[in-house]
Amino acid sequence: MAKVEQKTIPLNGDNAVALAAKQCDVDVVAAYPITPQTIIVEKFSEYVADGEVETAFVCVESEHTAMTCCITASATGARTFTATASAGLALMHEMLGVASGCRTPIVMSVVNRAMSAPINIHCDHSDAMCERDIGWIQIYAENSQEAYDSIIQAFRIAEDLEVTLPTMVGLDGFVLSHTLENVAVLPDEAVKQFVGIRQIPMVTNHEGKLVPFKLDPANPLTIGPLDLQDYYFEHKRQQEESMRKALDVIKQVHDEYAEQSGRSYGNGLVEAYKLEDAEIAAVCMGSTAGTVKTVVDELRANGIKAGLLRIRAFRPLPVEDIVSNLSGKKAVAVMDRACSFGGNGGPLFHEIRHAVYDLPDKPKLVNRIYGLGGRDIPPTMIDCIYKELQKIAETGEIERTVQFVGLRE
Amino acid sequence: MSRQKKGWKEIPLGGACWMSSTEYKTGDWRSYKPVWNAEKCIRCMLCHIYCPEGAIKHDTETNKMEYNFDFCKGCGICANECPAQAIDMIQEGKE
Repeated sequence: MAKVEQKTIPLNGDNAVALAAKQCDVDVVAAYPITPQTIIVEKFSEYVADGEVETAFVCVESEHTAMTCCITASATGARTFTATASAGLALMHEMLGVASGCRTPIVMSVVNRAMSAPINIHCDHSDAMCERDIGWIQIYAENSQEAYDSIIQAFRIAEDLEVTLPTMVGLDGFVLSHTLENVAVLPDEAVKQFVGIRQIPMVTNHEGKLVPFKLDPANPLTIGPLDLQDYYFEHKRQQEESMRKALDVIKQVHDEYAEQSGRSYGNGLVEAYKLEDAEIAAVCMGSTAGTVKTVVDELRANGIKAGLLRIRAFRPLPVEDIVSNLSGKKAVAVMDRACSFGGNGGPLFHEIRHAVYDLPDKPKLVNRIYGLGGRDIPPTMIDCIYKELQKIAETGEIERTVQFVGLRE
Repeated sequence: MSRQKKGWKEIPLGGACWMSSTEYKTGDWRSYKPVWNAEKCIRCMLCHIYCPEGAIKHDTETNKMEYNFDFCKGCGICANECPAQAIDMIQEGKE
């Protein structure tokens, strides 16, 4: 497929997401406003009011209901979208499990924001990390352009017949959501063609008949009822299988999108930046990667072999890509924008350290927890992390495995 | 559940039901069993109406109330609603 001509317009992350959802021809949006996501659903409600979309927009009284509404809409075969953040995502928690268990391919943008208390509206990843094990695909964007691109890709990933799982796209609160950026936008028709019409998997119903997996009076079907010791475990195993299959689907959709847009993000699962010959590396997610790349460039200019591995897909976790990219590195710092209180480091650290455990030449690994509640992460701070990695690479000794950076003692 | 249980690769996704609920025998949940007293019963049919499983029927030929123990969960609603106290809930195995 040839590259499509695009228009570059100034958009903040939230408006980029709203525009992407609009172009994806969504049937139902049910949402409740919460900072820093509000702009997304506000903008989308404007599209509805102005007749620019044919979407049914459902105003609800809470995020719990927003997700409930999305699940039922999606279960009828409708393409469904919503957005939330922080406490809103936490309030959805119960229904997030229902969405993944009922295999409703909802797409949701999560504008990552700190969890209360004390109340804080700024960025960290603690909200989405609380939903790590709930069965949703999680993709993290580095900038608003990627947030736009990822929402479009997310519909194809979620609705893929091999996947059929809800998908959340994370973008950093305020850093991306409220910051104006030049975003290259595909024509409406190109997006419509790319996402296509929602595919519905076929299932055997109670009469032994093959019917579409959706709530339809013409083909009555019961979805997700009481499931006890005899079958619940089998259904959970199915979800795990679909997550595994999503690894390939995320890559395929990413590649196909790259052909049209001319934009790619590593292999779609991870993005390796100047990593091939690197001796020391950082691993991070989200907007911080942009700052880290700047620091890597500076270090490279001074002859230091530094690199970055950005995790784009956190669920499913691309273990093979993590292993192949970090194999042979001398020292690696995993940067977590969330804290697992009482745990051995942040949630990303757990994953990365676990992934490289079996490597015979595994790197020395440290965890640096940063930026909670929107605390700034300037290049100088990242530079300090790399300096520390250099020391670890030289001596082979780690002073402190888990450490907080940018924190006053 | 008399038939061989299926593996995770065979069952439809999302907990979609692939058999009728009538094939799911709820009778094995029962720990108390309703025992009907023909003399006391006034044939008002309230038990038939209240039974959540539709497990109580009136046989018009014999004029008897009949219980389907494949589905009776032993909930005791019939005994509770019976205006003639014609149903006793007896622990299974102690009749």
